Amino acid sequence: MKKNVLLSIVVLLALALAACAPAAAEGPAAAEGDTIKVANLSPLTGPVPTFGESTKNGFMMAVEEWNANGGILGKQIEPIVEDSQCTADPAVNAANKVIDQDGVHYIVGEVCSSASIPVSEVAQEKGVLMISPTSTNADVTLNLDGTTKDMVFRACFIDPFQGLVMAKFASDQGYTKAFVMSDQGNDYVRGLAEVFSEKFVEYGGEIVGSENYTGTDTDFSAILTKVADSGAEVLYLPDYYNVINLVAAQAKQLGITAVMMGADGWDSSDLDIAAADGGYYSNHYSPDDTRDVVVDWVSKYTEKYGATPDALATLAYDATNLLFAAIEKAGVDDAAAVATAMESLSYDAVSGTVTFDEQHNPIKSAVVLQVKDGAIQFVASVAP
Amino acid sequence: MNRLNKTSIFFLVGAVLVFGIVQALISAGIINSFWSTIVLLAGVMAIVSLGLNLIYGFNGQFSLGQYGFYAIGAYTAADITYRWVQLHSASGLTVILMISILVGLAIFLIRGVVSKIRGMDTLSAFALYLAGVLVAIFIATRLGMLIANPVTALFNLMPEKVAQYVVYLIAVLLGGLIAGEVSFLFGLPVLTLGSDYFGIATLGFTIIVKVLLDNSDTMLGFDEMKGARGMIGIPKITTWATVFIFLLITIIVIRNLLNSSYGRAIVSIREDETAATSMGIDVAFYKTITFVIGSFFGGLAGGLYAHINGFLHPNTFSFVKSFDPLIVVVFGGLGSVTGTVGAAFGWALVLEGVLRLILPEGFETWRFVIYPTLLLIMMLLKPNGLFGNYEIPFIRSVVPPLKEKKADEETAKEVA
Amino acid sequence: MERKNQNPIVNWIVKSKILGILFFVIIGATAVFKLGTALLDNPSLFLQQVVNGLQLGFVYALIALGYTMIYGIIQLINFAHGDVFMVGAFASFYSISRYNVHLWFQNLFPSVPAMLAQAIGAVTVVLVSMVVCALLAFTIERIAYKPLRTAPRISALITAIGISFFLEYFGALGFVFTPNYITYERPFEVTSWYIGPEGFGSIQAGVATPPHSLIFSNIFLIIVLASVFLLLVLQYIVKRTKIGKAMRAVAYDKPTARLMGINSDAVISITFALGAALAGAAGVLYAIAYPQVFFSMGIIPGMKAFVAAVVGGIGSIPGAFIGALIMGQAETLSAAYISTPMRDAIAFSLLIVVLLIRPKGIMGETSSEKV
Repeated sequence: MKKNVLLSIVVLLALALAACAPAAAEGPAAAEGDTIKVANLSPLTGPVPTFGESTKNGFMMAVEEWNANGGILGKQIEPIVEDSQCTADPAVNAANKVIDQDGVHYIVGEVCSSASIPVSEVAQEKGVLMISPTSTNADVTLNLDGTTKDMVFRACFIDPFQGLVMAKFASDQGYTKAFVMSDQGNDYVRGLAEVFSEKFVEYGGEIVGSENYTGTDTDFSAILTKVADSGAEVLYLPDYYNVINLVAAQAKQLGITAVMMGADGWDSSDLDIAAADGGYYSNHYSPDDTRDVVVDWVSKYTEKYGATPDALATLAYDATNLLFAAIEKAGVDDAAAVATAMESLSYDAVSGTVTFDEQHNPIKSAVVLQVKDGAIQFVASVAP
Repeated sequence: MNRLNKTSIFFLVGAVLVFGIVQALISAGIINSFWSTIVLLAGVMAIVSLGLNLIYGFNGQFSLGQYGFYAIGAYTAADITYRWVQLHSASGLTVILMISILVGLAIFLIRGVVSKIRGMDTLSAFALYLAGVLVAIFIATRLGMLIANPVTALFNLMPEKVAQYVVYLIAVLLGGLIAGEVSFLFGLPVLTLGSDYFGIATLGFTIIVKVLLDNSDTMLGFDEMKGARGMIGIPKITTWATVFIFLLITIIVIRNLLNSSYGRAIVSIREDETAATSMGIDVAFYKTITFVIGSFFGGLAGGLYAHINGFLHPNTFSFVKSFDPLIVVVFGGLGSVTGTVGAAFGWALVLEGVLRLILPEGFETWRFVIYPTLLLIMMLLKPNGLFGNYEIPFIRSVVPPLKEKKADEETAKEVA
Repeated sequence: MERKNQNPIVNWIVKSKILGILFFVIIGATAVFKLGTALLDNPSLFLQQVVNGLQLGFVYALIALGYTMIYGIIQLINFAHGDVFMVGAFASFYSISRYNVHLWFQNLFPSVPAMLAQAIGAVTVVLVSMVVCALLAFTIERIAYKPLRTAPRISALITAIGISFFLEYFGALGFVFTPNYITYERPFEVTSWYIGPEGFGSIQAGVATPPHSLIFSNIFLIIVLASVFLLLVLQYIVKRTKIGKAMRAVAYDKPTARLMGINSDAVISITFALGAALAGAAGVLYAIAYPQVFFSMGIIPGMKAFVAAVVGGIGSIPGAFIGALIMGQAETLSAAYISTPMRDAIAFSLLIVVLLIRPKGIMGETSSEKV
């Protein structure tokens, strides 16, 4: 008995040491090599691994493109992908790992705000540049006192803009009654829903009802029955495509005629086009866009991964490109210098020409798209 | 007596050594912040699991509610330090202090009354307690706000760092106390349920707490907790020293508790409730007190946890995660203090540390395939846990070893 | 320390348990009042919500049956059951989308009426999933539970959690089920009907439904019929067949059953397979009702169904059924009339309240714990 216990302890210790030793040795030295290390933190396990997968794909795509073109500053880029589970503790561990063990100076990630916020604090503390592709929560780039974290950027719209775009669009179309559904546990959805409700009323509309659900729900019939009963003309549902597919299918079953509207979370090849027919959503770019960077991106991604890129992949691709462009602009492999360069960067990304405002949010225009007759069609473009 | 002293000394010397070595390695930078954060999380997990081991391993109450109390402790402590650091006010401290005192007082008073009345059924007693506690909270909030300003002034007399640390320590303790008091109220009716039903009810508790935290800004009215957006602005001041001292205290308290007549009563309930009752042991009382102490440690660990990353999110306390302490306790060996501590550290170091490092590029997603596989293999090889009922001498001298129970035997007994 | 001469009022309070009862009466009355006013306010809306809850409840029922059987026989909370359910849903997804199993009858006998051919195809899909799940559960039982039969009960619970994690994350790997949310192709078309003051008719896309009518779909009917049918089959197996008798004997007293010549290991394996087959069927029905499959889809329905089984009295088959229906109603009605964010909290509070009133669940045996 006792022997077994000792044995287990020894095995555990040996494992821990084996893992520690080489890493500790190479840690600081490797940072000076002739590659630039860039880390990507994605939720590859946990509740939303599919988002992690897309993000990782977008990231890797950008890295491969730059490497094929000779890297940055004459150095090749060494990508390091780490799993952050969309949860605070593993995300912090992953961030600490890439910073301390691998000596990374740049992080692209995390996807979920609930993981990006603690990571942003680590990044800020250790002087590592972080750009989150998709975290919409204002707290990611802002300190509690309202000052900007100088090492933290994001590549996505924050809540107010997309909510405003859709509210304006809905009232321009002559709709006056809207019903808002939002995921109580998801700040992306919640933020958009709040802004939409507020702006829609400002434009003279009426919110005839609003309901919350949780991210793990699959049965929306109780809420949809209320939607049907409320006489709403618009159902605003700014969630990801997986929820839209379920809601749209059930709405059809319940004979709901309200037009569904949403945000960039809809953008995915997995969106159930038949069920969501007639719905509108705001997005970063239109698939009809003829700019080279868009055409290139969509065709290359489709070729490599067999599906058109979703919003997460696009934003990860953009975020990574923005980072590399900033490094090149700065001319040195130094996180603080790159951050300064990033602030004044203007880059032609897939989602339009991007510049950053004082709170490190991107300034870029949005488009409104419609799901119609089995395809996604461009409807309108809205500048910030 | 002599032997006991000797082992105690050995234990303390060992503890100081472990602490010193780890601390030295951290200070020297050999353990970098990646490993040291994991070590802190492991220490916290050890405290939560020790609390659970007391409830489940030593008292036999199958609880899945430990993470609920962990969450309560975390948010309570975080709210206190948040108000202190961000709003420069001790109002959180005073209000929660008054609540914990007055609620404790109310519970004692009502207990005095209830124990005198013969044949009071649990639910009636629960209704009484609930009413009393609500009144106490109402009064305490007012009282707490009243004394908030003088107390703030008092703390401001101290140097800033010291004041912050003192507030933090009190916050951690209050987190534990509040968790303990909630567990008393919740446990009172629920502890009358049979073991698995108790487990399910506590699972429900964890889920209810999580839902409440998701809506802490809209339904509970704590704007600073920001509901599902995650609470920020909590100072990151938990250090290895704090975690280690609290862990040490937890171990010693549990050891001494088990060594007392209380401990023998607690363990006897696990072994055979009927026999314990017929020996004159007040089963309901001991079950409650074990549950409260176990939950207290859960809340305490929560307070420490909140100040590691300075960020709290309800998803950290979801029901899937609430299996973690259970896995650690069973993995280490049910009813083994040594095992729990060892397993907590091993679990965190392997899952978050080693697996991250040894998995090659492109295999990041395999971490959670390997983890359950390891779990499965270990359980099949050592169904009684990694450490079985082995204890280090310091603890071994007092804890009666777990009776080898077979599943068939248990079933047979339940059917009978 | 007891006082014989208690105050008569105190005595009355204690004897009648008035405080505890009052506590529940207040909670119950609030709920009844809320629901009652909702019913009077808009009866058709209320009935619609009840129908919604029924659909949910019947799906939970099928999962709950598996939990209750397995618990009944080896007192194991089989946390992997929800993931077996997930595998069932995926099995049907592949058999429909890749192998067109739902069309085999149509392709072989084109002259048979489409309706019948479709029904036979759909039933085949369900059967395939049931068999896959039964085999999976049989394997799981052999690997993870059987070696632990003599170990403490909790060890098997931990391996169940391990198996559950394994199925989820192994399934999430790119070459298995992928981590994506996959839209599920139903083996038949959905039709919805309305019934109300304006008569009866089917719902067309883009055409407004007459107000105050009750809406239901063929999916609802199929779920109800399939659940009731499978419940009856299960009841027959357990109550009337030889293997059912063996199951009950093993559940009641394993050592004695063994002495009577029952191969208890085999009986347990069969119980697992049977429970998993039900989960497989539930997986298909669930995917048809909520047309999306993904690796972690089993966690939440699995947990809810398990709670339903406990509410109904775990170990009891009709209990699981009743518990699941209550759970479905509790969820839908609290989402509709009390508070959506608090839906799960309300459902679980209900669980705790039920357990406090009936410590062994609604249909559970009320014998005291031990001796």
